[in-house]
Amino acid sequence: FSLQEILIKEPIEKEVSLRLLPGELLLCEANTVYKYMPEDGSNRGTYGKLVCTNFKISFLDDDSTSDDNEPQFKNKIVGENDITLQCVDQIYGVFDEKKKLLTGQLRKYPEILIIYCKDLRVCHFCLRYTKEEEVKRIVSGIVHHSQTPKLLKRLFLFSYASAAPNNTDGRNQTVMFDTLEDWRDELERTKGNVKYKVVTINEDYRVSEKLPLYFVVPICVSEESILKYEGRGIPIWCWSCHNGAALLKMSAFPKEQDDSTSQMQKAFLDGIYKTISKPPYELLKTDDLSSSLPSLQEIQTAYTKFKQLFWIDNGTDFWATDVKWFSLLESTNWLEIIRRVLKKAIEVVECLERQNTNVLLIEESATDMCCVISSLVQVMMDSYSRTKSGFQSLIQKEWVVGGHSFLDRCNHLHRSDKEEAPVFLLLLNCVWQLVQQYPPAFEFTETYLTVLSDSLYVPTFSTFFFNSQHQKDNSMSDESFRTQSGPFRFLTVWDWSVQFDPKAQAFLNNPLYAEKPKPDKSQRKTARFKHQRQLSLPLTQTKSSTKRGFFREETDHLIKNILGKRIGKLINSSDEPPNSFREFYDSWHSKPVDYHGLLLPRIEGPEIKVWAQRYLRWIPEAQLHGGGTIATAAKILDLMEEVQSLQAKLDEEHSQAISGDVHSVPLLRNSSRLSSLFPFALLQRQSLKPALPTSTWKDLEDEEDLVKRDDEFVDLS
Amino acid sequence: MASSATPKYNSNSLESSSSKRALKDGTNWEQNEEIPRLPGETRVTDKEVIYMCPFNGPVKGRVYITNYRLYLRSVENDPVVVLNVPLGVISRIEKMGGASSRGENSYGLDITCKDMRNLRFALKQEGHSRRDIFEVLTKYAFPQSHNLLFFAFVNEEKFSENGWMVYNPMSEYRRQGLPNERWRVTFINEHYGLCDTYPSLLVVPYHATDDDLKKVASFRSRNRIPVLSWIHPETQAVIMRCSQPLVGMSGKRNKDDERYLDIIREANGQISKLTIYDARPNVNAVANKATGGGYEGEDAYPNAELFFLDIHNIHVMRESLKKLKDIVYPNVEESHWLSSLESTHWLEHIKLVLTGAIQVADKVSSGRSSVLVHCSDGWDRTAQLTSLAMLMLDSYYRTIEGFEVLVQKEWISFGHKFASRIGHGDKNHADADRSPIFLQFIDCVWQMSKQFPTAFEFNEQFLITILDHLYSCRFGTFLYNSESLREKEKVTEKTLSLWSLINSDKSKYTNPFYTKELNRALYPVASMRHLELWVSYYIRWNPRIRQQQPNPVEQRYMELLALRDDYMRRLEELQITNNSKISNSSASAASPSQMMSQVQTHF
Repeated sequence: FSLQEILIKEPIEKEVSLRLLPGELLLCEANTVYKYMPEDGSNRGTYGKLVCTNFKISFLDDDSTSDDNEPQFKNKIVGENDITLQCVDQIYGVFDEKKKLLTGQLRKYPEILIIYCKDLRVCHFCLRYTKEEEVKRIVSGIVHHSQTPKLLKRLFLFSYASAAPNNTDGRNQTVMFDTLEDWRDELERTKGNVKYKVVTINEDYRVSEKLPLYFVVPICVSEESILKYEGRGIPIWCWSCHNGAALLKMSAFPKEQDDSTSQMQKAFLDGIYKTISKPPYELLKTDDLSSSLPSLQEIQTAYTKFKQLFWIDNGTDFWATDVKWFSLLESTNWLEIIRRVLKKAIEVVECLERQNTNVLLIEESATDMCCVISSLVQVMMDSYSRTKSGFQSLIQKEWVVGGHSFLDRCNHLHRSDKEEAPVFLLLLNCVWQLVQQYPPAFEFTETYLTVLSDSLYVPTFSTFFFNSQHQKDNSMSDESFRTQSGPFRFLTVWDWSVQFDPKAQAFLNNPLYAEKPKPDKSQRKTARFKHQRQLSLPLTQTKSSTKRGFFREETDHLIKNILGKRIGKLINSSDEPPNSFREFYDSWHSKPVDYHGLLLPRIEGPEIKVWAQRYLRWIPEAQLHGGGTIATAAKILDLMEEVQSLQAKLDEEHSQAISGDVHSVPLLRNSSRLSSLFPFALLQRQSLKPALPTSTWKDLEDEEDLVKRDDEFVDLS
Repeated sequence: MASSATPKYNSNSLESSSSKRALKDGTNWEQNEEIPRLPGETRVTDKEVIYMCPFNGPVKGRVYITNYRLYLRSVENDPVVVLNVPLGVISRIEKMGGASSRGENSYGLDITCKDMRNLRFALKQEGHSRRDIFEVLTKYAFPQSHNLLFFAFVNEEKFSENGWMVYNPMSEYRRQGLPNERWRVTFINEHYGLCDTYPSLLVVPYHATDDDLKKVASFRSRNRIPVLSWIHPETQAVIMRCSQPLVGMSGKRNKDDERYLDIIREANGQISKLTIYDARPNVNAVANKATGGGYEGEDAYPNAELFFLDIHNIHVMRESLKKLKDIVYPNVEESHWLSSLESTHWLEHIKLVLTGAIQVADKVSSGRSSVLVHCSDGWDRTAQLTSLAMLMLDSYYRTIEGFEVLVQKEWISFGHKFASRIGHGDKNHADADRSPIFLQFIDCVWQMSKQFPTAFEFNEQFLITILDHLYSCRFGTFLYNSESLREKEKVTEKTLSLWSLINSDKSKYTNPFYTKELNRALYPVASMRHLELWVSYYIRWNPRIRQQQPNPVEQRYMELLALRDDYMRRLEELQITNNSKISNSSASAASPSQMMSQVQTHF
């Protein structure tokens, strides 16, 4: 594209006020910046001011101040033209028509700044009409504040927390799992309290800084053994299934060079396995996730390639990649990773549900893939996890308190690229597959998942900005952070009212979700029975065990070595028939779905899809005017409002109240006019011209002879 | 046993009875339980076979063959496995194994179907048990090759609606505001004298005489002259369709054709050029000169702009579908699904057809210019382009009846060679004339309905039903290649229309989300980001790929609709009661709180 094409309209320098959050400071600014959307032919855009604060990069133009086009779905913290510093992924500068990545120190300053965001936006800022010193200041400011290593206490989180009035009550139905009570309640809810107990031994982080203050272990595990290896080698309880089988996780021992140490560790593990393999505990299956799932490195590589496909510079770019779209998608491996993870989760479900065995997930730290699998298993098996508060509690339990290193995995501080891996995003992508396959089963919408994924980069909430509970506690007690009014409290992302007003929050709730009917006691019994009957399947006889089961042979091998013959046999005897996974899967899918019961995702190739809302939402070429799933969703919402107002009218008639007009809910949506990008990117592309592919065809090399033929050979001459 | 593993699931309109359970005692069910039979359908033979189900393994059963269908019911499975296959879908029957073949179930029949599946039956080796069934099947599946009538001609079904009344060309043109001062209806083709593959009634420019038309016909392949398909109500720009001009190697010109195109251009009062869309790739259009065809050259048609739309020929499409079948039947390609799908090029072809249609529609709508669409003969790619463009521009065609009219008009009356492309009742399965052009069109429509779920009155079932009966030969709708042949065979008198079946039970084919919108152009996005494989059609035989039936979103919406109607009724009742006894205290009626509990919603 050429800069000459930019429509030069007289820049109007109206003073547009920058809205700052408490604790937010303006760092640098530049005037006469042209923000534009590169389109074929014209580069439509507006002049304005580009600013960088300690929280965000913001573009202020006169359009943004006009309130007559107030979107229905607005984020109160991050505006349409705002990019939080943590949301910046890469910054490119255009120098003499060439794109170069900007990092650290700059010698030359670009004519155009292109910011690629983690929420998949691409923002183009033309600096050609900006004063040179302002260009220098803004470019180096943005690069410095968003791309260079940072100290934890320099995160906006802290200045916000110390300046913001603490008026949100923070109370919602989300269980935070930061108290003993929360864990006890969860044990009780899942009826795990017979065989498992909460331990308080880590109250002063005596055991480990990675472990939460409170956690749950089998009753037979002693405090001594927990302390022995800082919690390593200890099965930690995640969740108990209705039949008593439990999902456990364990932090593995690092590979030891020293023989005697590893002998000791083996003996220790042997003891642990012995205690939890005998009654009352169920048979135990272990799964070493570090060998049975893709590595974090693979996941990071896949996602890095995948997201590139959605950072579209312009229309030409879009259509050029469209021709090979499917093979491009496949080459990223991201969808295949989602498929493998879902498959693994089903395998675990099968063990818990059908084989009635305990499953122990093993991983070096037990805070990455363990979190993904255990969360997915619970979403699939426990309908409570499919409610909004249930899902949020689950994220608290497995991820936030569970010790997932959000800070490192998201690379919020730019301290080490090696640690970066989109593990939590992987979970959201997997959950999205379930949401789109079973829309009535979830209390939340895909929009909820999308804004949740966006919230990963909003540093006003503590939820995703610590590596562990210990790190958070430590920061909170740090003297230097004390405000005059006393120690501050962080906000949690689960208080959605901070980001969205009630009208916008309505888009997070799924109108298709039917709440679980609350049966009375006599009904509950039969319902439960039915549930079990539906799930239990005839066990087929094992013909041969030559084929491998679904847990890696290596693991079995390892366990046999560790446990010796007696336990080994015990484990052996539970060897599942080779095709039991397939059978379990097919059998479940052949029955009608109970949206409040067990839910298994379909994992065949055509069933795993791209999360279009998250990944395509900013691409004007991909927009459907009046189309997309939002078209039907909006119709359902409209009808529901109508039904509700009818209900209100009926009530009024009943109570004989004499009032002329019942307050009717204004129908805001006009479903046929909404764009498929709704509720995001509302004003992106308004022309009704159809998007036409600019490059369409690739050769059918292999079919040359066919291609050349005519439909029907008839000589017309 | 594998047979018990995966109970039969189906989303198919042709297998409606598969969920039927066998009688408990199971002794004399053969006599007691009738196989489904249409009026006019007669039983020919039956035989014990083993159905080699690719999903459930061998299934022991009895196969019944009538003059319309092949029907199999398992004898040992619970639930009963049922196959219900109209003989019309069969494209090929082969014997597998010989009398001396060894191995279990290696002797029998292999049946290839036109609807993305294959069937394999194993038979007993002794006593040539296979011969009779093979002969009967061949005879009734390929009646055209055996001097037999299509089942449509013996079908005695009765419907409340008469589908033959759906399309009346005159009233369809009148709906478009035709004839008017610039366009006239001509009966020059009344006895198919001008063009035997065109309908009898045509709309042409007012300023072109019938004599002109005859002269133009001599310069267009198979006399398929440019005629009007659709006129834009506001811009008066038109979509014209025709076949290629007979330019040939020598670059022949025809003054009448040139003048005729100019008349078309001028008819909407715009001074812009006439846009010609040649559906073919450039090279093919050039190559056609060698056999006497070609395209409108710049010298001869200075007032026209020609664009090639790069849509490939019928052979490429046939190969593409074959490849698609390879990756979805019987098993869905596991590990490299996306690249396998890409290598079939199927969606790429869909993309090109849609892209072409969008261009046509956009030219007529926002470009305000008339367009002429042709390929080689103007009955395959041309029909795809004009009908899709019309679907994008005219919301009438997005209704059930409107779509029936569209198919009747652009496809059936304008001589899409259904008989040759589908091979109805023809045993020559390898005929080079076969091609899934109409299927491709329906797929494009499905893609549009998927992108715009509220824009179409019909649902997916409607499209699948059309495709099922494209092959079944139960209705006369898709039989024969042209209107003149259909007239000769008295199709409308002797057979039933598919639209009779559909219009007699419309609710089954109605999309509850449909929102009527007039005159809104609907442009799909022809990007691979949005195009997807129509799984519930192409992979519907695979029980592992399961569509949720009924669609939960749809179901929820229907529930809400019912609830709304109920409330409205109650409200009305209450208002009447309250008005009549305004001073009385209310007595009956359900308490409001009871009703409140019915909507478990939250915002």
